[in-house]
Amino acid sequence: MASLIDLANPTRFMRFSAVLLPWLSAIAALLIAVGLYLAWFKVPADYQQGETIRIMFIHVPAAWLAMMFYSMMALSALGTLVWRHPLADVAQKAAAPIGACFALICLITGSLWGKPMWGTYWVWDARLTSMLVLLLVYLGLIALWRVLDDPSRAARAVAILTLVGFVNVPIIKFSVDWWNTLHQPASVLRMGGPTIHPSMLWPLLILAVGFTLMALSLHMVAMRAEIMRRRVRTLTILEAERLDRLAAQGVPA
Amino acid sequence: MSGFLDAIGPHAGFILASYGASALVLLGLTLSILRDHAAQKRALDALERRGAGRRSGRETT
Repeated sequence: MASLIDLANPTRFMRFSAVLLPWLSAIAALLIAVGLYLAWFKVPADYQQGETIRIMFIHVPAAWLAMMFYSMMALSALGTLVWRHPLADVAQKAAAPIGACFALICLITGSLWGKPMWGTYWVWDARLTSMLVLLLVYLGLIALWRVLDDPSRAARAVAILTLVGFVNVPIIKFSVDWWNTLHQPASVLRMGGPTIHPSMLWPLLILAVGFTLMALSLHMVAMRAEIMRRRVRTLTILEAERLDRLAAQGVPA
Repeated sequence: MSGFLDAIGPHAGFILASYGASALVLLGLTLSILRDHAAQKRALDALERRGAGRRSGRETT
């Protein structure tokens, strides 16, 4: 725990992430390559879905990651509001576009799977609608960061809205149990274990881990960019103050 | 190519569109994050070269 707290320091994070990033990205690329090979060339066609089962290998990890990144943002929001930790705010801001992209991929691939299987691209059922709400919440948070100039004010406002929006995550997860939806119930993360055949489950899990590592790598790069953006902002203000002082003393800059 | 499309059945268009759209979104996300990282690094390097943040008025050599 102490080492985690030590790491939650922008300077240490920059050093640590520089070392970790190449390894994390390489393992992610390897797992995604292996997972895609298995998904395309080893997994048999499903007895009901046929070849469209291959869409699930993208759709399911994207749905998991969209929810996982929002949960990470909710934890970071607590870090911002309770402990006022600067890295918590950075982590939250960097996670939003990544989570939004995975929510978008989930909706697009689900829709492209729905047309041949359900006969429609979209229905307003609880699972699909709550996932669309998640995407809209992500976009709202990204927009809120852009309209507030002061980073610390933006961080608190976004953190409060993030925690309010977190109520949607359990709704997405349990919507298929609470309501009568067209979307099928959980078949991997469920009490009693997965109901998918191992020949399909393993490639799915490999791809899920691969995409998770890829998303975490992107998150790390985005956090590094955000830390540098804040340093640039601080240094620009300090430079402007220094030039003002020099101008007041009549010294050329 | 037509053999490949035949092999993935009558819904090949939906499957390929899913993978294509996902690749496009992930590529766009990756490029935007990498470009932002490079831009911030350039800006920070330029400020540090100019000696921004130092209390004195001296320039770095």
